[in-house]
Amino acid sequence: MIEIDNISKQYQTTFVLKNVNATITKGGITSIIGPNGAGKSTLLSIISRLLIADEGVVRVNNLDVATTPSDKLATYLSVLRQENRYTSRLTVQELVGFGRYPYTKGRLNSDDHRRIAEALDYLNLTEFKDRFLDELSGGQRQRAYVAMILCQDTEYVLLDEPLNNLDMKHSVSMMKQLRKAADELGKTVVLVIHDINFASVYSDTILAMKKGEVVYQGTPDDIMRSSILEDIFDTPIKIEQVCGQNIAVYY
Amino acid sequence: MQIEQISHLSSPKRLIFLAILALCCILFFMTINLKGNIHYILVDRSWILLTMILVAFCAAASTLLFQTVTNNRILTPALMGIEPLFILIQTVVVFFIDSQGIPFIGTIGKFICESTLLILFSLFLYRGLFTRLKQNLYLVLMIGIILGTLFRSFSNLLQRLMTPSEFAIIQSRIFATFTQAEPALIIASVVIAIAAGIILWRMRFRFDVLALGRDNAINLGISYRRSVTTILMLVSILVAISTALVGPFTFLGLLIANLAYSISGSSQHRYLLPTAFLLGVIFLVGGQMVLQHLLNMSGTLPIVVEFIGGLLFIFLLLKKVTM
Repeated sequence: MIEIDNISKQYQTTFVLKNVNATITKGGITSIIGPNGAGKSTLLSIISRLLIADEGVVRVNNLDVATTPSDKLATYLSVLRQENRYTSRLTVQELVGFGRYPYTKGRLNSDDHRRIAEALDYLNLTEFKDRFLDELSGGQRQRAYVAMILCQDTEYVLLDEPLNNLDMKHSVSMMKQLRKAADELGKTVVLVIHDINFASVYSDTILAMKKGEVVYQGTPDDIMRSSILEDIFDTPIKIEQVCGQNIAVYY
Repeated sequence: MQIEQISHLSSPKRLIFLAILALCCILFFMTINLKGNIHYILVDRSWILLTMILVAFCAAASTLLFQTVTNNRILTPALMGIEPLFILIQTVVVFFIDSQGIPFIGTIGKFICESTLLILFSLFLYRGLFTRLKQNLYLVLMIGIILGTLFRSFSNLLQRLMTPSEFAIIQSRIFATFTQAEPALIIASVVIAIAAGIILWRMRFRFDVLALGRDNAINLGISYRRSVTTILMLVSILVAISTALVGPFTFLGLLIANLAYSISGSSQHRYLLPTAFLLGVIFLVGGQMVLQHLLNMSGTLPIVVEFIGGLLFIFLLLKKVTM
């Protein structure tokens, strides 16, 4: 369980997050949605200790993320940001191997090699394993990073806009793979996501943010209502039932 | 044809190849033109050789670590002003302590004091820069160059106010030469460099993770702030050794680190660190041998290395612009 307790963060005088309280239960996929500047990525960064909150506490499995040793936390929780600047020239396999660092501190054993092969296989990257990252397309590279995160084998997986750079086909397959990771491997997946229809179809819980506050939290059926979404996004949105799914129409 | 063959070699084999090349350079350097008092010449050359090996190690390790922690292949400790800062500290020490006749603490004692000051000042000045301003390379580079200029101008000012005898002490330190280091200082440097080498070899896997960038490093359980502090301290010590021994070498580190990235065929620090070190030995020892004995131009090695390194720096900057 991730408990977000009274988190605030401000830059100079503007609040990016204001007294945020929320609980993300174990298991399933939770999507964080909201307009630009709502504080979604900031919240994800604070949960994953990439940013320090000005006030409040985040607890993951009752561990305070700000004070728990980083290497211990790395075996409970993994996070992937949207921008990954890298200077090293790494192969896909080498990158995925870094997922084992919290356990092995660099020396890979046969069990690690098996897990690396599994993660590569899970994201259909086996044929690219010896390619360098800069030789891959944006989508393949994104999958390679997700494979590293899965190889880290943590209970909680936090992803900041994992569908960025992905086309329709790869977006769908990424969401299916995350769904599979949640259902088969029992991971708790938390996503920041812009496309509310992906959030509607694939998540178990939606957390909606606006102006630095959590304004709604509930199942997709609760949140995918025209009145609620219009309040969050300040734009006319209609909900249609398509193939048994709530789909927002806002074009 | 030869390059073709190298490109098929694995990283450990490339390392062995470089090690053999470096050993050849050392052998030639020690044995070429042996005339007159052989014992005297050999002892003299051994000290110079040891100094060059130390400088190669310091330049390679400090630059690689600095570039790993800043995630950037253009910045070096020298360009960011750490080297001018050390020269300023040395100048200030000569200006205020040597001239006042405060109890003389010996070369090694003075070196340790100056290095400690460098560590403290560089932690104070650069730690914030690493953790906050990383997004904008040009801004960081400009801050570094401005700091470097500030330190250099301040050193210049003090040097002008000195008595000629004091200036003579400092003069040997502001131009790179391989001949003036004191044996006691060299021995002390060897000990410190070996200690630093052991520490950084134990951290080699952590450097690989840090090279993935701050966010990924924290995700994988690295305590980022502590790693940055440790690396800055190591870099400061290495810069202090190299500058105290031979004077400022602005572009040597940049040159060998960037060559190591392309030659080692790996981004793992267990290959990068030795590769850059061996390249440094080949450049310095081989270069000194060729210049001194074949071209009869002793004392010009720093100029040649700086010239090539400076060209590489301009090339890297231009490449970055077009990217």
